[in-house]
Amino acid sequence: METAASTLPAFGPALPEIALAVGALLLLLVGAFRKVSPTRGISWAVVALFALVAVLVAGQGDNHAATFGGMFVIDPFTRFIKLLVLLAAALSVIMSVTFIRRENMDRFEFPILIALAALGMIMMVSSNSLIALYLGLELQSLSIYVIAAFNRDSARSSEAGLKYFVLGALSSGLLLYGSSLVYGFTGSVDYQTIAAAISTGHPSVGLIFGLVFILAALAFKISAVPFHMWTPDVYEGAPTPVTALMASAPKVAAMALIIRVLFTAFPGITPEWKQIIVFVSIASMVLGAFAAIGQSNIKRLMAYSSIGHMGYVLVGVAAGTVEGLRGVLIYLAIYVVMNAGVFCVILGMRRAGEQVENIADLAGLSRSRPMVAFLLAMLMFSLAGIPPLAGFFAKFYVFMAAIKANLYLLSVIGVLSSVVGAYYYLRIVKVMYFDEPAPALEAPLSRELSVVLGLSGLFTLFFFVYPAPLIEGAQAAAAALLP
Amino acid sequence: MSMINDGNILSLVTFLPVVGALLILLFRGDEATVARNARYAALWTTLLTFALSLYIWWHFDASTASFQFVQKFDWLGGAISYHMGVDGISMLFVILTTFLMPACILASWNSINTRVREYMIAFLILETLMIGVFCALDLVLFYLFFEGGLIPMFLIIGVWGGKRRIYASFKFFLYTLLGSVLMLLAIMAMYWDAGTTDIPTLLAHDFSSSMQTWLWLAFFASFAVKMPMWPVHTWLPDAHVEAPTAGSVILAGIMLKMGGYGFLRFSLPMFPVASADFAPLIFALSVIAVVYTSLVALVQEDIKKLIAYSSIAHMGFVTMGIFAATQQGVQGGIFQMLSHGWVSGALFLCVGVIYDRLHTREIAAYGGLVNRMPLYAVAFLIFTMANVGLPGTSGFVGEFLTLVGTFKVNTWVAFIASTGVILSAAYALYLYRRVVFGALEKDTLKNILDLNMREVVTLLPLIAATIFFGVYPSPVFDVTAVSVEHLIANYTAAVEAHRVAEAGRTALDALHLIATR
Repeated sequence: METAASTLPAFGPALPEIALAVGALLLLLVGAFRKVSPTRGISWAVVALFALVAVLVAGQGDNHAATFGGMFVIDPFTRFIKLLVLLAAALSVIMSVTFIRRENMDRFEFPILIALAALGMIMMVSSNSLIALYLGLELQSLSIYVIAAFNRDSARSSEAGLKYFVLGALSSGLLLYGSSLVYGFTGSVDYQTIAAAISTGHPSVGLIFGLVFILAALAFKISAVPFHMWTPDVYEGAPTPVTALMASAPKVAAMALIIRVLFTAFPGITPEWKQIIVFVSIASMVLGAFAAIGQSNIKRLMAYSSIGHMGYVLVGVAAGTVEGLRGVLIYLAIYVVMNAGVFCVILGMRRAGEQVENIADLAGLSRSRPMVAFLLAMLMFSLAGIPPLAGFFAKFYVFMAAIKANLYLLSVIGVLSSVVGAYYYLRIVKVMYFDEPAPALEAPLSRELSVVLGLSGLFTLFFFVYPAPLIEGAQAAAAALLP
Repeated sequence: MSMINDGNILSLVTFLPVVGALLILLFRGDEATVARNARYAALWTTLLTFALSLYIWWHFDASTASFQFVQKFDWLGGAISYHMGVDGISMLFVILTTFLMPACILASWNSINTRVREYMIAFLILETLMIGVFCALDLVLFYLFFEGGLIPMFLIIGVWGGKRRIYASFKFFLYTLLGSVLMLLAIMAMYWDAGTTDIPTLLAHDFSSSMQTWLWLAFFASFAVKMPMWPVHTWLPDAHVEAPTAGSVILAGIMLKMGGYGFLRFSLPMFPVASADFAPLIFALSVIAVVYTSLVALVQEDIKKLIAYSSIAHMGFVTMGIFAATQQGVQGGIFQMLSHGWVSGALFLCVGVIYDRLHTREIAAYGGLVNRMPLYAVAFLIFTMANVGLPGTSGFVGEFLTLVGTFKVNTWVAFIASTGVILSAAYALYLYRRVVFGALEKDTLKNILDLNMREVVTLLPLIAATIFFGVYPSPVFDVTAVSVEHLIANYTAAVEAHRVAEAGRTALDALHLIATR
């Protein structure tokens, strides 16, 4: 028994990942052997699989554990992020059920690819070395390249997939190059060994170069300025459920990755990376606010909105404290829920049997579908960060941390750009409530969309009544990473 | 233990309107039925809230400056809690809010015909948020109520407003938000300095004088916009003009008071040194507001715009009185805010009466109304006189006291500000003459009807308040006196202590210099 234990790694900590991988492959087989279109069933099976994996993740408790030669770790931080990623991925599968059937993309690989993407995400969240990071990131990215181009007959969708692929490949190259530099100057790809190597002496220029390359690649994944150029085009072109996915789960995972790399591998050169994060944060907030003003397509608008939101999340990272991390986790959780709600409405925007995407198409929604309009309006106010809605608390906690870390300039620029951002969120409210009605949108939302929108709206509206669970969960997760 | 007790009365009063709003949400049936039911439900909710709020006044202990009817439990963790309570400074603003709301609902009875249900819900939620502002004893909770009010007001102006409603609603929202986000950062800085956002604790906390300066400026950014003070007042005329009548009443009657209340609750007691340093700035802005906006009011062609500018001028007296930081000045400031609450509200209601009949706010469209509308002429005259500050009306008391209080501190400021009294007489009487007096020549006015029962009922309580508190202001001063005394005493002590410390440090530096020589 003892020899077996020493040759085989402990699989326990990676059980959720293994379950997800096996489950996804099984479903692939099921799909391949079924004669009638099994997409709907497989979609729900994937959702159930996500739920099962989430239970497994939650069941791991507050343990800190490592396996696979220390390349894979779990702790309350990874647990928090994994649950969030699984939630976001499950929501986008649910939101795609009706869409892919109506839009002629009824192929069972779609939900399975989302499952594989989610697998890549939760793997990279647990990564404890640059190699494991790369593996997870590539599994996620490759799956998403495919589903971004899933609508084969649409030139826009293909263009989106190709654009994302080419630029994504470039960023992967940057990541590998940065990793090799870090390896060259520290002699390891393991985070702890890197940290130890840095702490012994003055950091070399080569190491900082490596860090910059890695950060650039990860900034690409969260579409932070100046690596955001792909976002509006890809968001606009990709099928809407894919856009909903891209705006949430991968962002959460990549943000967790940035945090883990910076806080566990590079704590020795905090001042060096802090100035990069501060710059990227300011640039994202400002660009996200100003560039969204001129948009008429709601998916493009959400692209700029997500750029801005990543800027706000980075405010918490820049603070570099437990409070900052707590703010980041709270922000990501609230953002994922709000984002899902907004995309439900976008998915429900249909007229004469076709999806429509212009903001002007929402005109008069408050008369034709008062409940949907009300919830979307509340989500917009929440995205703008107006109290007492959930989005306010998201911003509250990150800026709170920034103030404690004496990042005054960053905070002032941040809150001022949130006022600019409020303008374009208000514009959507204005179109729905103040403008003359356009021809009404089609029939009510499909049932699963209504449920997701309703839950998202309720969460946004009533978060302030009982915020303790999320805040305490985030606090515990943040404290686990930064003792 | 009864259902209503000192521990939960504030929460009950605050959240009762939301309960009413939820009830309205449940109404089913065709549009006309829902609209009628929504009107009645909103009216009864606001009346009940008012009745319930009188419990607060009834049980209020005027002999202490500490917070009463306190309720507190954990909320956001850390030291951020749900903490409610009132003292002599805030209590009457709660009553003012609940007092004006039924009038707002009545004023909207016939003039709002589209989306009545949504309108009433928006107003009830707004009422909750406004009461909450005056009851909150935690800064984060305060901010929640303070900013949350933007959402319903934005919708009220934007959906039910006039021609340029979209421009006005955006300007209102973004202007106010811009001021407030800086205050939010200041709140966070205070949290890290004092370890809590609990207002009673912060009132006893000593912020360093350099920090006070920055915090004061951040709070000033928010309250100056809300007040509004010159030169950040430009959102107000637009918002007032475009809002529906009841929206203007709320804006002028209550929302503007949040700025003054903020100065009294936070700026003066928490940042006394900075307040003393910046008092000259406030004085300058206040007298500019008083003189300049009065002159602007003189040339307005739109009745609502004229009243809006007159509001800014009257708020100038308030800021001047508050930062004079004397017993009379602050008492006068509070009284002026309350009085202006019902007087300006009533003036907007008066405009609403004739707007409902003629659908124009142009002064030139009216004239000679006294011939067909004697009751209206009387009501409008009383409120005009109160606006001018005629002795015997409530408008006089506050203006006079703020001037007296300021006179003790800075004679010139009081002198220039008192010209505002003359100017206000000029624009208000000029307005009255053009609208009410003269011959009734215009054909459109030939068949105009006098006040109906509903309008009389709406205006009567406001007339009563105007005259009663003009003749006998003691009930207000009895409530505010002790709290204001306490505020002034602490303020003076803090400023004195700072002066002494500064002087000591200068002397020490001089000694040091001599010793090193």
